[in-house]
Amino acid sequence: MGISESELLEMLEPAKQVLPPKIFDELLEKLKGLTLTKDELSKIVELTINEYLNVLVEPGEPIGTVAAQSVGEPGTQMTLRTFHYAGVRELNVTLGLPRLIELVDARKLPETPIMVIYLDEEHRYDRDKALEVARRIEATRLENVIAKVDIDLVSSSMVIDLDPEMMIDKGVETDDVVKALSKVKAVSQNVSVDENDSNRIYVQVPPNYDFMKIQKLRDRILKIKLKGIKGINRVIVQRRGNEYVLITDGTNLEAVLKVDGVDVRRVFTNSVYEVENVLGIEAARQALVNEIHNVLEEQGLDVDMRHVMLIADMMTLTGSVKQIGRHGIAGEKTSVLARASFEVTVKHLFDASARGELDELKGVAENVIIGQLVPVGTNLVNLAMNPTLARPK
Amino acid sequence: MSEEKIIKGIKFGVLSPEIIRKVSVTAVVTADVYDEDGLPFEGGIMDPRLGVIEPGQKCVTCGNSIIACPGHFGHLELAKPVIHAGFVKHIYDVLRATCRHCGRLKISDDELSKYLDLLKRLEVRWPLLARGLTDYVRRKAMKVMECPHCGSRQFKIKLEKPTSFIEEGLEGPRRLWPTDIRARLEMVVDRDLRLIGYNPELARPEWMVITVLPIPPISVRPSILLETGIRSEDDLTHKLVDIIRTNDRLRESINAGAPEVIVEDLWDLLQYHVTTYFDNEVPGVPPAKHRSGRALRTLAQRLRGKEGRFRGNLSGKRVDFSARTVVSPDPNLSINEVGVPEEVAKVLTVPERVTRWNIDELRMHVLNGPYRHPGANYVIDPAGRRIDLRYIKDLKAVAENLKPGYIVERHLKNGDVVLFNRQPSLHRMSIMAHIVKVLPGRTFRLHLAVCPPYNADFDGDEMNLHVPQSEEARAEARVLLLVQEHILSPRYGGPIIGGIQDYISGAYLLSSKTTLLTKEQVSDLLAGSGYEGPIPEPAILSPKVLWSGKQIISLLLPADFNLRGKANISAGPLRCEDYECFWDSYVVVKMGKLLMGVLDKKTLGSQQSESLLHWITKEYGNNFGRKFMDNIFKMFLRFIEMRGFTMTLSDVAPPSKAVEEINNIVEEAKKRVFELIEQYREGKLEPIPGRTLEESLEIRIMEVLADARDNAGEIATQYLDPFNNVFIMARTGARGNILNITQMAAMLGQQSVRGERIRRGYDVRTLPHFKPGDIGPEARGFVKNSFVNGLTPIEVFFHAAGGREGLVDTAVRTSQSGYMQRRLINALQDLRIDYDLTVRTPNNSVVQFLYGDDGVDPSKSSYGSAINIDRIIERVIGWRL
Repeated sequence: MGISESELLEMLEPAKQVLPPKIFDELLEKLKGLTLTKDELSKIVELTINEYLNVLVEPGEPIGTVAAQSVGEPGTQMTLRTFHYAGVRELNVTLGLPRLIELVDARKLPETPIMVIYLDEEHRYDRDKALEVARRIEATRLENVIAKVDIDLVSSSMVIDLDPEMMIDKGVETDDVVKALSKVKAVSQNVSVDENDSNRIYVQVPPNYDFMKIQKLRDRILKIKLKGIKGINRVIVQRRGNEYVLITDGTNLEAVLKVDGVDVRRVFTNSVYEVENVLGIEAARQALVNEIHNVLEEQGLDVDMRHVMLIADMMTLTGSVKQIGRHGIAGEKTSVLARASFEVTVKHLFDASARGELDELKGVAENVIIGQLVPVGTNLVNLAMNPTLARPK
Repeated sequence: MSEEKIIKGIKFGVLSPEIIRKVSVTAVVTADVYDEDGLPFEGGIMDPRLGVIEPGQKCVTCGNSIIACPGHFGHLELAKPVIHAGFVKHIYDVLRATCRHCGRLKISDDELSKYLDLLKRLEVRWPLLARGLTDYVRRKAMKVMECPHCGSRQFKIKLEKPTSFIEEGLEGPRRLWPTDIRARLEMVVDRDLRLIGYNPELARPEWMVITVLPIPPISVRPSILLETGIRSEDDLTHKLVDIIRTNDRLRESINAGAPEVIVEDLWDLLQYHVTTYFDNEVPGVPPAKHRSGRALRTLAQRLRGKEGRFRGNLSGKRVDFSARTVVSPDPNLSINEVGVPEEVAKVLTVPERVTRWNIDELRMHVLNGPYRHPGANYVIDPAGRRIDLRYIKDLKAVAENLKPGYIVERHLKNGDVVLFNRQPSLHRMSIMAHIVKVLPGRTFRLHLAVCPPYNADFDGDEMNLHVPQSEEARAEARVLLLVQEHILSPRYGGPIIGGIQDYISGAYLLSSKTTLLTKEQVSDLLAGSGYEGPIPEPAILSPKVLWSGKQIISLLLPADFNLRGKANISAGPLRCEDYECFWDSYVVVKMGKLLMGVLDKKTLGSQQSESLLHWITKEYGNNFGRKFMDNIFKMFLRFIEMRGFTMTLSDVAPPSKAVEEINNIVEEAKKRVFELIEQYREGKLEPIPGRTLEESLEIRIMEVLADARDNAGEIATQYLDPFNNVFIMARTGARGNILNITQMAAMLGQQSVRGERIRRGYDVRTLPHFKPGDIGPEARGFVKNSFVNGLTPIEVFFHAAGGREGLVDTAVRTSQSGYMQRRLINALQDLRIDYDLTVRTPNNSVVQFLYGDDGVDPSKSSYGSAINIDRIIERVIGWRL
């Protein structure tokens, strides 16, 4: 018995013509493991093709509404709270309904921005090397490495005591601090290190500063960045499988991609906006799909991928990520009535009349309003009759 | 029947003064409304020429009665023009973009023709980009400070909201009056207007400054007659009276040559009245008030918002032929059916045209009249006259008189198709078509298996019913909307209709190994489920012939049906991975025989993909699937009735040995917590990175206490009898879960608010029963008692706090997710599949080239994937090991 692989491929040829590649590959893979007679094989091929043709969508199906309902309906079953990130107790992540709303709103910054950074071959397996990359990424501010700051009002100067332990932990040298301090305009010329104690820095404040002003200056100095990437407040090294990954609080995709030791192909951020800016609209679409799907999945809600994909496609249709709502898709519809029936009714009507717009009544909302049949589903069909042909002979 | 016309498009524009005058039937000249006799003044605001108000009268203008007269516009000549508040932004834009001297767009002729050319090309293909271009040109023109056409110097114009303009000329700021503005706008050339996005044919900018105000017909602002006989006018009428009065005063002042200040004040007052007449919620304008202090509801308010014209009346309409009442269950109906009370059936009607074939039946309906059930309420003769059968003495004569061509509006009766709906209508399965079954009683009855799609229960839920009135609508309802067509949900590609609660318990009990049935029982079950055929060989012959439950269930399965899979009970100690299963928790159906395994939620439940119900409906068709459910569910219920199924206190009362163990666990956990607190106080507690010491302590304590509850639950369930009723329900998935049992039998565990132990209340303690600063388990909402034990007053308090959070959460969530869904639907509703399987918008632009990358309808898919290849292979070659 047994069918050779070439024969198998030959017999599968009709299936290949019809089936999408993914399904065809699955079929091929499953059949390879079996011993079949030719009759059985051709029967399977026939059934598969028929089955596929049977499950195709019907033209006219109002698939947008179905997608919106399929994502919206389970919204009532979702939680409202923020949860701990799987595996990391240190970070909170917005999930559930608030996250879903955030995604369809196309917000620029997520409520809890997070990145997952994979490392390259060199840094991947060693905790210390991973930490090294982490230090390069984590934004370290002066306040993170000081023991205390005193204001000496007599000499109108500030005494900054650095915490040597934190300095090592964050990988910062005294020189780095001095360099950073000298970039602050008000004090740029007046930074000096204590001759006996390299962890003590004196900063001379301009003489015309009063106490309030010095206070403010101190607060500003504490916030200056010593090293790392802007926007990334904390980096946590975590073991995943046989490698170490970095999980960050805060996100800055563009800068992280440039850091040495990062596996550029596997950097993840939950900010769709950054993905759009750095990697482009197609990547943003995929990011949207993944994020929406993850939210639903995490809540244990079954929603078909096709619905999620349609929403993402609609949001990215114009080449930039558009919000679902008044400032995005719904606000850019061509139909006046559709816009007016959604939100800010009166403004849309005034603008439309001022511009002398024409509503061609092609969409669903408009036709509901004027009481005509809606152009989807069974009403997508139009009959055209040629009266000259219909005349009896 | 009137001629049917299709509206192809709607043009929006601004009415020009000429048109307003042309359309007008009368100029309104007086502010007085009625004379002493209560008759409306001619030339007043209620002039009869504006349309009829009372039924029976004929319209002076068009001669129609109140039903057919659409009402007619009048007009009011304003003494001085005023700005239309809705168009200020546009007026402002045009003013700034054009020259104050020559009225041309402040862009040189060369560039102008270049842009115009580009605009023409964009308009055809990219309307959105055309909009961008006009915006760009306008903004560019606004920046120019010297007119390229006449060279005159331009000044900055400021808009003082809401309606005044100020020009900062050389001699300082000067108010631009509507007359000035109108004069400037009149100069603007048509060609220039097009370039900044206006269509001069439909909306010249000077028309946005009102010189003639249209007076809407009376039918737009009907007055109501109060019981006291006093007429109460509509808000719009009030506002119009204000306008006319102010207008008169303004005109008189001008004619009398009053000082400029007075004229200007009156002018501003007129402006105010006209502004609030259009929109009473303009920011910066105090809303016009009624005498009672209520803000007037003027034109814009009628359109705006959820109950406004658009969302309240145009996008959603009230309909006839509908009914609403409480729903209650009826397991004896088919899934496709709905039980309709006779009272309802006598009011809702179906128009049926008399033909040769139904004339006898319709005569019977007419004879029965409007008050006996299968009767009729109206007869419409071919001339379109409607005969109300309530007032017909001689029904016989009407019945005799019926001929083909008549239409009888007969009562709803068995077999009619109706739409059934429960709000909130979150998905398409919230409105499905059912077949009518007229029943006694006053509630709608529905089969329990359709509760999941409607999300209905019977604690007082009400549902709506609609009767389609046209043949097309009925056909569509039967083919597309019938319940059986919606067994498989498009959300996840699996059945949403299926067994719940007792159906699952019943299925489990009937299919479990211990169930053996006598001949009487078998006959009872099979008769109840509509089986007609031979009874198989009994499983046990002696001492008594007995059949197994699986044998009986198999009789209803299709003869070539195969299925393998784990049951819901396959978990914990009863877990089975394949067919070598001691616990009977692995289901095998081969050639239509249930060989092993019990049926439970995994195989029969609603919202279970790749289950027995799923494959049966998918492979044998919706109709078969429906019939299968109708029959087999009846069998399960019949069996559970026969056997009896209940729940007692002892089902959840753990034996004393278990109680002891649970107490030990609680003590152990408390000890651990105090240890942690001790460590924390001594500063020895290891903090979790990135958390404060307090937070770390809380997290650790929560972990310990959560573990304690889990362990207690485990012990409680261990001691439960496997045939304990509550346990059966939880295991099979019929109702409840292990957590519920734990809370009943072992302990409630930690109560939480916002994911933390309860901390609010007094300053440093939750209740005065505790010492200040106590952070032990009891003081922070740990409930060690179970529902069976009963809770202490303090525990009840904590439990209530946790419960309240849940309620608040649900309330907030429904509004949020409702709004999100409204937005999603609004954004996506126009998308549809075209004949080439692309997804397109109404403008025919492509959103996806092949829907979902494979063109597969999710509701026909197998849990998301296009085809289940394993099942196809299995169907051909059988189950090979």
